[in-house]
Amino acid sequence: MITTEEIKHLATLARIELSEGEVEKMTSDIDSILDYVGQVQKVSGEEKRETPVLRNVMREDKVTYTKGQYTEKILANVPSREGDYVKVKKIL
Amino acid sequence: MIDLANLTIVKARKALDAKQFSAVDLAQAYLNQIEKKNPELNAYLEVFDDALEQAKAADDRIAKGKTAPLLGIPLAIKDVILIDGKKITAGSKILENYVATYDATAISKLKSEGAVFLGRTNTDEFAMGGSTENSAFGVTKNPHDTGRVAGGSSGGSAAALSANLCLGALGSDTGGSVREPASFCGVVGLKPTYGAISRYGLIAMGSSLDCIGVFGKTVEDAEIIFNAIYDKDPLDSTTISDTTFEKRKNKEKLTLGVPRELLHGEGIDPVVKKNFEESLEKYKNLGFEIKDVSLPSIELALAVYYIVMPAEASSNLARFDGVKYGLHVDGPNLLGDYVKTRGQGFGPEVQRRILIGTYVLSAGYYDAYYSRAQKLRTLIKRDFEQAFELCDVLLTPTTPGPAFGVGAKTADPVEMYLQDVFTVTVNLAGLPGISVPAGLTETGLPLGLQLIGKAFDEATMLRAALAIETAADFKHSPAKWWSL
Repeated sequence: MITTEEIKHLATLARIELSEGEVEKMTSDIDSILDYVGQVQKVSGEEKRETPVLRNVMREDKVTYTKGQYTEKILANVPSREGDYVKVKKIL
Repeated sequence: MIDLANLTIVKARKALDAKQFSAVDLAQAYLNQIEKKNPELNAYLEVFDDALEQAKAADDRIAKGKTAPLLGIPLAIKDVILIDGKKITAGSKILENYVATYDATAISKLKSEGAVFLGRTNTDEFAMGGSTENSAFGVTKNPHDTGRVAGGSSGGSAAALSANLCLGALGSDTGGSVREPASFCGVVGLKPTYGAISRYGLIAMGSSLDCIGVFGKTVEDAEIIFNAIYDKDPLDSTTISDTTFEKRKNKEKLTLGVPRELLHGEGIDPVVKKNFEESLEKYKNLGFEIKDVSLPSIELALAVYYIVMPAEASSNLARFDGVKYGLHVDGPNLLGDYVKTRGQGFGPEVQRRILIGTYVLSAGYYDAYYSRAQKLRTLIKRDFEQAFELCDVLLTPTTPGPAFGVGAKTADPVEMYLQDVFTVTVNLAGLPGISVPAGLTETGLPLGLQLIGKAFDEATMLRAALAIETAADFKHSPAKWWSL
């Protein structure tokens, strides 16, 4: 049984603000989902996890665009900018 | 007047090349229909204002004697696939007003063929759902019965095609999001082998599961779109090439495998079982051999999926932070910006999956959930490999029931997840799957049949799909809707 405290902790880790009402709803929803997916614990756990045959997918390490090609397009989507920088609140 | 109800890509190609109508005529016919019908269906979130310009460009190419399978063909694109310079939201408030900065590879391939993009179609938020009821921009209604959902998450694309508001469409499929709405709306929905179509420019949910998929009114139409966009892509390192899997021989007589244990599960509508058995009969009459096969680990597939997918989604969606794109909600400090933006920008289902993903990946629960699920995924994959030693194509229903009523399953997330029971297994194993309309309920709701092929053996799967499509003789246009 997952608790409202655990949900609040997960929300903090996931950077999601939830109201008290949302926490309550989320607790009962997630509890029933975890109950369902918890079926996986019924199996022995002896199975090995197989790693498929892996191979490297490499490409040449070279610049594939011209300088500034995307700058304006990308910055046009930024909520807050200053010149060609993304503007955020100070963290120090 | 172009007969849109009976038009296919194949027929339109002939008519365009023979100059019976122009690409502009065709695009205009669809735009007129969209204007009339979309307000009731909510299939399109946006109709592109340059659709006729694109069609004009296609006409110019046709006038010069050029042709390509999709030149001048009007398509709808799910709102999770980037088209340079167009808005894209993934059905979420957190990306409202976001403008794509480049073309997805699938889009650039369609552009080079000269396809016409009519608009972007509705989806559950970040493709998370099976009904489009999780879209921040309202539910898409089913053209066969507007009291019912179109399915999801690619519900907008399926409904648009079914209602003759486009001639083909792109969607995305992580656990059934192309096949389920195709089944609900009575169109063909193809999810290719994992890695067949480049995902460069597809907004990510579960990266080990996500595929771009295609919708066509017929198997042949779906195949035409698939052929235009599948390819190895240096921009997506997970794409496969013709040499990744061994070449399959083209057999004269095909054997279909029926995983019986899947059909004995709870909650499968008797009408679905009946349609399935009738389809098996049709296959027998067509000379296919039918064999029962066993997939012993399959009963845990849905549980495995709802661990693996949220784990991957919680990581993929970390990038939406109110700094780089879309919505920004101001808080007291940078952390406050993050939590408020993600608290208000994401809807409840997306938040649920992020929290579950965070839970199953956390140190204390990793072994009990995520690690266990990954081991079981290996077993599921092996089940399929063993089944395919006995048969060429697997056959199941696409969904446990026909399209359900709007709001019927929103109260209980687990009940909604159970809709995916037949489709998620295919994504876990990375195989190709297709939903073909194979029958109707007594009230005229479409029922889909799912065919599952060997890895990168779409050809054999499509051959079996074509056979049942012909035998079922399904009428694609919703009769009630079209006569309105």
